[in-house]
Amino acid sequence: MSDEKEKELEQSAEPKSEEAAPAEAAPAEATPAAAEATPKPAAESAPSAPAAPAVDPEREAKLKAAAEARAARAAAKAAAEAGGEAPAAAAPAGAGGEVDPEKAAKIAAAAEARAARAAAKAAAEGGEAAPAEPKPPSPKQPQLDEAAALIRASVAEDAIEEAYINELNDHMPTLVIRADRLVEACRLLKTRTGQDYTYLRNVSGVDYETHLEVVYHLVSLNSKNELAVKVKTNREQPGIPSVVPVWETANWNEREIYDLLGIDFPGHPDLRRIMMPDDWVGHPLRKDYVPLDPEV
Amino acid sequence: MIRTEELLLNVGPQHPSTHGVFRIIVKLDGEVITEATPVMGYLHRGTEKLAEDLNYTQIIPYTDRMDYVSAMTTNYVLCHGVEKMMGLEVPERAEFMRLIVMELQRIASHLVWWGTYLLDIGAMSPFLFAFRDREIIINLFNELCGARLTYNYMRVGGVKWDAPVGWIDKVREFIPYMESKLDEYHRLVSGNEIFLARIRGVGAYDAQTAIDYGLSGANLRSTGVDWDLRKAKPYSIYNRFEFDVPLGKNGDCYDRYLIRLEEIRQSLRILKQAVEQFPSSGDVMGKVPRVIRPPAGELYVGIESPRGEIGVHIVSKGKAEPYRLKFRRPSFVNLQILPKLLVGETMTNLITILGGIDIVVGEVDC
Amino acid sequence: MEFNLESITPEERQELERNVFMGTLEQLKAWARSNSLWPLTFGLACCAIEMMGTGASHYDLDRFGVMFRTSPRQSDVMIVAGTVTKKMGPLLRRLYDQMPEPKWVIAMGSCATAGGPYVRSYAVMKGVDQIVPVDVYIPGCPPNPAALIYGINKLQEKIRYEAKTGKRVTNR
Repeated sequence: MSDEKEKELEQSAEPKSEEAAPAEAAPAEATPAAAEATPKPAAESAPSAPAAPAVDPEREAKLKAAAEARAARAAAKAAAEAGGEAPAAAAPAGAGGEVDPEKAAKIAAAAEARAARAAAKAAAEGGEAAPAEPKPPSPKQPQLDEAAALIRASVAEDAIEEAYINELNDHMPTLVIRADRLVEACRLLKTRTGQDYTYLRNVSGVDYETHLEVVYHLVSLNSKNELAVKVKTNREQPGIPSVVPVWETANWNEREIYDLLGIDFPGHPDLRRIMMPDDWVGHPLRKDYVPLDPEV
Repeated sequence: MIRTEELLLNVGPQHPSTHGVFRIIVKLDGEVITEATPVMGYLHRGTEKLAEDLNYTQIIPYTDRMDYVSAMTTNYVLCHGVEKMMGLEVPERAEFMRLIVMELQRIASHLVWWGTYLLDIGAMSPFLFAFRDREIIINLFNELCGARLTYNYMRVGGVKWDAPVGWIDKVREFIPYMESKLDEYHRLVSGNEIFLARIRGVGAYDAQTAIDYGLSGANLRSTGVDWDLRKAKPYSIYNRFEFDVPLGKNGDCYDRYLIRLEEIRQSLRILKQAVEQFPSSGDVMGKVPRVIRPPAGELYVGIESPRGEIGVHIVSKGKAEPYRLKFRRPSFVNLQILPKLLVGETMTNLITILGGIDIVVGEVDC
Repeated sequence: MEFNLESITPEERQELERNVFMGTLEQLKAWARSNSLWPLTFGLACCAIEMMGTGASHYDLDRFGVMFRTSPRQSDVMIVAGTVTKKMGPLLRRLYDQMPEPKWVIAMGSCATAGGPYVRSYAVMKGVDQIVPVDVYIPGCPPNPAALIYGINKLQEKIRYEAKTGKRVTNR
């Protein structure tokens, strides 16, 4: 569907949109990037009463889909620019190069559309036309900035793909680091004075359908600060350098992730299966795993 | 000179002293171990994969069966994680009930450890004493939630059952009984020369190694590192009670032994205060939506179980089921130091060291 | 020496019935075997803790003659307590083969019976009777110690019944 055809539909939609899809126009209104495209039908829909003759339902559905898709695309653009406001939307749509951009944009867009619909509902009730005001800065933000700046300075300028605060988790600072800079960045995090993250609490592998990810949760025993480090990798040839030279505890954790998810860890001293029998075929925790013998 | 050859011995999955199905392949030079390779996975039941199809309340029974000796703390970590994600508030009486059962569970778990550890070392009677006292705690839990081992007691937002009439009084009576028994156990075992000769100086490591290997619980505190999650990152209402955290010095099995017995005493201390401050009325379940749907995002939270830090990493997409649920199991992480500790030890010390780490194989394999 | 059963007086018969047991050799063997079942310690998971609790002092198993033996060559019965995974299955079969005849198997808990709560898991064997023939199934998760004792009693009854009547309870 090209843009011109949609614009044409939009032009014809303007006089009809008040009874066709008043609810769909409202989220488009709430999204700032699409604001200039569709305030007019929304403004028209408010005063005029929906007393028009019945419209072909197929046409209605098409208009609905078009408006939604437009809002989604605009929301994706807004999400890419805005950055760390909504971590759930940001995480799959991160600026990493290995992520499938279309799918990620759709997932981000769906989340944004949901958020936008909720904001629109609040706006309709509260009477505020503008989107919600920016949240107060998190108390852990300076800690995150310091860690991010240190890594950017000492390791590489582009080592960090994203740095955001995970508000859900007690405002845990989260860094998304590129895979080839991981070991150096981790070594830096472990040995810096004051906030030395010497204790690796947990290593988990997560299978998002578009990519695979490994999350390291660190804590500093002296200052009791926490930090989460994420690394993304693709599904076809997953590989993340092993952090066993930095924290010895990652040894079996990485073996378990290799066994259950299939992520390779070059640099690991002894990468073999740990939970499943040695001759098992497949990686069970992947979303597309099909067991060979379900009847036993 | 006697000529010795290297022997590959399989301390197999079926063994009276491996605390479950856990296998160690040791290379022996005479009686001295040159290399040890643990093999696990004989109890890998795929809880994490099953959890992706179940909603959070349905996963709670599976957490019971993971660390089956200390099921209440495993229940709690999942409920705590979900409550944190959703920002739910737990009523006062529920928090007290949770704390009381968690501390009782800590005592029960340490009793099981003590009894089986001494059985492995060769003393038969403490096993019976430990299980006798554990029966009292188990009967308390049986009255409370109907089960002896797999309680399924905590729910997101509170606990399922309120304390029956007279239950708190029974807990109150149990405390001085257990304190006197603890003194008796110390008199019986802790000064025994044979026991000390077997356990002192065995399996020692220093604090830096412990932190590097990510050990937690008594394994970490035996080296002197003061890291107890009840005090370092307080959860539930632990910050209202005073208790000490016992620390060791040498990092050997004897220190771990003494720390765990001292933790029983400190748990009794917490229980005494909790029973005094117990609210006389209140709900045991907070205001929880009918379908538990945490917002999209991820969360990691860890609490102090008798074995160490048990944590849960929840990745949620806003649905009623988790997208990925990973448990950070203390036994799995603590066991990593075993191959390093065993080099140069004799076969008898293998059993002593393995028992001192306090593993539960259901947790190692998840 | 002949023993003519018709020529006993009623008083003699009463005396006889009070003091003398009559039975077959099979029944004698079954009585001996059932009252001293020596299980192999095969606790796998949570049911093992309940089995340990049953063997401890509160619910004592020693009063039934049940002593836990650690070697398969010296045991009569294998109480499979806990979840059997696909990795553990071949080892379980090997241990069963190492036990000398006569031998019995008790499947304790729902995991050993049919997979239990892990029935939809990729790594769990759904029931231990896929690899070894089971005599008594004890349901429960975990079964109460009293249930385990009931199960052991049922096995004892089965041994004596099979010896008395010569019939097999199930066809193996």
